[in-house]
Amino acid sequence: MEGDQELKELYQDVLLDYSQSGAHKGTIQGADFHSHGINPVCGDEIEITMKTGNAGDLIEKIRYSGHGCVISQASSAMMAECLEGKTPKQARELVAAFKDMMLSKTPLEALPSELAAMKSLEGVRKFPLRVKCATLAWNTIQKSFPEEKTA
Amino acid sequence: MGFEVSEIRRDFPILSRKVHGKPLVYFDNAATTQKPKSLISALSAFYENHNGNIHRGAHTLSEEATTLVEESRQKTASFINAPKPETIIFTRNATEAINLVAHSWGRKFLKAGDEIILTELEHHSNLVPWQMLAAEKSVKLRFIPIDKNGNLDLSAAEKLFSGKTKLVAFTAASNVLGTLPPVKEIISLAKQAGAKTLVDASQWTPHFKTDIKAWDPDFLVFSAHKMLGPTGLGVLYGRESLLEAMDPFLGGGDMIERVELESFTPNVLPAKFEAGTPAIAETAVFPEALKYLSQIGFAAIEEQEQRLLKRALEILKNEPEVELYGSPFPENRGGVISFNLKGLHSHDVGTSLDLEGVAVRTGHHCCQPLMRRLGIGGTARASFYFYNTLEEVEIFGRALRKTIEFFKPKLKTAGAK
Repeated sequence: MEGDQELKELYQDVLLDYSQSGAHKGTIQGADFHSHGINPVCGDEIEITMKTGNAGDLIEKIRYSGHGCVISQASSAMMAECLEGKTPKQARELVAAFKDMMLSKTPLEALPSELAAMKSLEGVRKFPLRVKCATLAWNTIQKSFPEEKTA
Repeated sequence: MGFEVSEIRRDFPILSRKVHGKPLVYFDNAATTQKPKSLISALSAFYENHNGNIHRGAHTLSEEATTLVEESRQKTASFINAPKPETIIFTRNATEAINLVAHSWGRKFLKAGDEIILTELEHHSNLVPWQMLAAEKSVKLRFIPIDKNGNLDLSAAEKLFSGKTKLVAFTAASNVLGTLPPVKEIISLAKQAGAKTLVDASQWTPHFKTDIKAWDPDFLVFSAHKMLGPTGLGVLYGRESLLEAMDPFLGGGDMIERVELESFTPNVLPAKFEAGTPAIAETAVFPEALKYLSQIGFAAIEEQEQRLLKRALEILKNEPEVELYGSPFPENRGGVISFNLKGLHSHDVGTSLDLEGVAVRTGHHCCQPLMRRLGIGGTARASFYFYNTLEEVEIFGRALRKTIEFFKPKLKTAGAK
């Protein structure tokens, strides 16, 4: 049954678990950065808030809120987990690496180890219309990264 | 029934393809319909035999192409019982037709303080052009509300009319809920108030007889591709006196009578509103779609769609995980059903059904204000056409069950209310 197999490959258990994880859901009061994104395909909206430390050089906390499909919710949760504790520079690179993987510009194996969890989104690449669900949070957070410090 | 579904399905080559290894069940007809072989071969035949640019060509190909386009206009006019072929303006789609009216009629005849009445059911294409006009001309938009079954609240509607009402623009069939507003009554309310009317018949004309003389609207729009026709072709019917009084829409070739370096005089109808090279091949072959629909007949089309709608509603109503929107009764509604599976996003439902070969549309269906009115972000939408079968409705029902069974144990929200 071709369709059954594909459904299981697309909606892996780890993805479904992350989509229900409340760990990074919510809004940070007094956040240092926040940004808002809309998926034009479905109209789903996401709000990301971020708290930084070390004079803006460390992402301490990320929270997301909004309604979305399993794929967008899981991707948001995994993103928050992956990017907390990183510097804005590292985060920017990880966002680029994730997007390159989702857009099939780079192979799955090229994903940095910090993004290992994101491999569960691999199946989404076969559904071009759903790729935007997976990248929504990443495109949104990108807008809120503090400017890179010029040395 | 007037036709054998299994036989007519052979006229639609795409219906026998597979998707993800399963037979295609095409339930996205409100978005676009599939095309009969006769139309597909007419397109090739046009390019192989008659291709030339229309008007002003003193050669055979140009004459043949012009004749085909003008015949298409005549056949379109007679299909919707319009008084004259010149009252049929070809556009790119229904959206462009509405924009044409907003631009050429609205900008010329509306002034600050005037009011336009729309409904809560409208597609973005019958909202945004009026919002743009309202912002530019300080015109006020008012909305006929819907009740819990998605029907227009006509008693509330009556209160919206006043001497300020200049236009009522509304859908004849909702692309989300299948609601069929009482077109004649609304037009009569508008006439009493001295307001013009625009009927968005995009979801009506493919399924029911459109009769301009019976409804007598000032404007009516629809799209060819939602009724077996090609993409890239929309139709605007306009009352002749209004089309005459309106300013041109796009400027360019064909829409002029005479051009000086610094001025022009517009051409007569319908060329006045058809600037530039149009979708010639698509227009030329559109009569194949009209012919096909006429042969089947709207009585038989409606009968088949009702049969499908009835069974699909039965399946959905018996499924406790399903949240249905719009009227739960098949009577007096179009073959469009919007629903959600509790705790699941419509996109996940859509993908899961697609993996079973079932094509439905998901999301806001270009009706974000209606979604907000219903308190949801989006829906999954199954929409039927006469070539769909009861067997396909059963496949859809089984695919839905499978979706529920897959997600329910894994998602704590699924199945929760």
